[in-house]
Amino acid sequence: MGFRGRAARRRDHGGRRVAPSTYPTHPEAREIVFDFLEGYDVLAAFWLTIKLTVFSAVGSLVLGTVLAAMRVSPVPLLRGFGTAYVNIVRNIPLTVIIVFTSLGLADIFGMTMGASDDFPLQGFRLAVLGLTAYTAAFVCESIRSGINTVPLGQAEAARAIGLSFSQTLGLVILPQAFRSVIGPLTNVLIALTKNTTVAAAISVAEAAFLMKEMIENEAQTLAIGAVFAFGFVVLTLPTGLLLGWLGKRLAVKR
Amino acid sequence: MTEVSVAKEDAAAPGELVVLKSVNKHFGALHVLQDIDLTIERGEVVVVIGPSGSGKSTLCRTINRLETIDTGAITIDGKPLPQEGKELARLRADVGMVFQSFNLFAHKTVLQNVMLGQIKVRKADKKKAEANARLLLDRVGVASQADKYPAQLSGGQQQRVAIARALAMNPKVMLFDEPTSALDPEMINEVLEVMQQLARDGMTMIVVTHEMGFARSAANRVVFMADGRIVEQAAPDQFFSNPRSDRAKDFLSKILHH
Repeated sequence: MGFRGRAARRRDHGGRRVAPSTYPTHPEAREIVFDFLEGYDVLAAFWLTIKLTVFSAVGSLVLGTVLAAMRVSPVPLLRGFGTAYVNIVRNIPLTVIIVFTSLGLADIFGMTMGASDDFPLQGFRLAVLGLTAYTAAFVCESIRSGINTVPLGQAEAARAIGLSFSQTLGLVILPQAFRSVIGPLTNVLIALTKNTTVAAAISVAEAAFLMKEMIENEAQTLAIGAVFAFGFVVLTLPTGLLLGWLGKRLAVKR
Repeated sequence: MTEVSVAKEDAAAPGELVVLKSVNKHFGALHVLQDIDLTIERGEVVVVIGPSGSGKSTLCRTINRLETIDTGAITIDGKPLPQEGKELARLRADVGMVFQSFNLFAHKTVLQNVMLGQIKVRKADKKKAEANARLLLDRVGVASQADKYPAQLSGGQQQRVAIARALAMNPKVMLFDEPTSALDPEMINEVLEVMQQLARDGMTMIVVTHEMGFARSAANRVVFMADGRIVEQAAPDQFFSNPRSDRAKDFLSKILHH
């Protein structure tokens, strides 16, 4: 196929042309190599991926912490709930959970997350809900393993000065537990970033959804795949490096 | 004496502060506390000694319910030891505890360690808590370390901070669970000196220790435990020079030679 032909097609239905200033050296070559990107808003798709990740990360961190607190609490009912939640949720495929939020929660139970007539927003919120519920199980287990690294004496000392269970947990145990599980939590966060691609199953227009669309429309499937793979590495690699550094810095010395 | 020492009315009012009545506890098959009866008067310093495995640490820990008991009763200042919950937390705040392994909060500075209980349990004003904490740290001789983290301190310094942390709650009684056993020899004295000063100030103290020198000089009474029982209790002079039971004689003969 002729490169010129494709370039011409791009101009036809791409509509807008990139300003020449962004092509400092060899405008022709760049236009030709990346012309399959024209007409697609890759950045917007990745922005949605980032939003899915951030909202789900915050949500699952909160829910996971609550679950971990339940799992170490002295109340058998809470412990049982925490254990059951983790063992059920982490063993269901994420795709099933995400599809359930849409087909089950939204379509059957009418849970539209306050966006019944805005389908993209509804999908986004449902995906955040599903990702949060799923990831929380893993966050819970990471934090619980962190709690186990805190010496028993810390809790005894906290109780001995009269702190309640929740104070002991919140002021003494969890702050130390978090610091020791920044590494494992980074893994969970990176997995979450990549798991957001499952939201494509309910038509959330994040990166993987766009990738699928582009692969259907364009010929350069390998290049498309490489672009999206690179995009995810750009998101997760700095996250891993930053949190790795943070984990070392915040490590509790004993 | 400063205002952080034992409250006057506590020291002055005579009577029983800690009472254990026929306390029994098992660890599985091991009957670790057997029919323990022990009364500690206000202002009294009781040193508990005995061979390892005799149940003396467990006894110490039952008094603020870090260990539960199977049968029997423990009362502190006339009130029976509550079950888990708010009541128990309130009681623990009145019972200071110093551990063998210090157990300072590793993620908080020395100063924060001493302030935490005051602010979160006693609901003290932050400024007041800090002033009190600095005063206590000065009293135990580690004021210059206030902004360091526990891991940056020597064992002796950490243990003195731990004593300050317990004192910050203004406890009615202080429990010491082998406070010098994890220390290098040259650091033992600095901790014992703080404890001796505390004893002189009239604090009620229950001290589980192997430091016979401390028992001799600071204790009002020595309680000798073996195999989960209180075998003998007497004034230190009497106990060390003239133990009545064979078990105590045997124990003393083994430790007092060198």
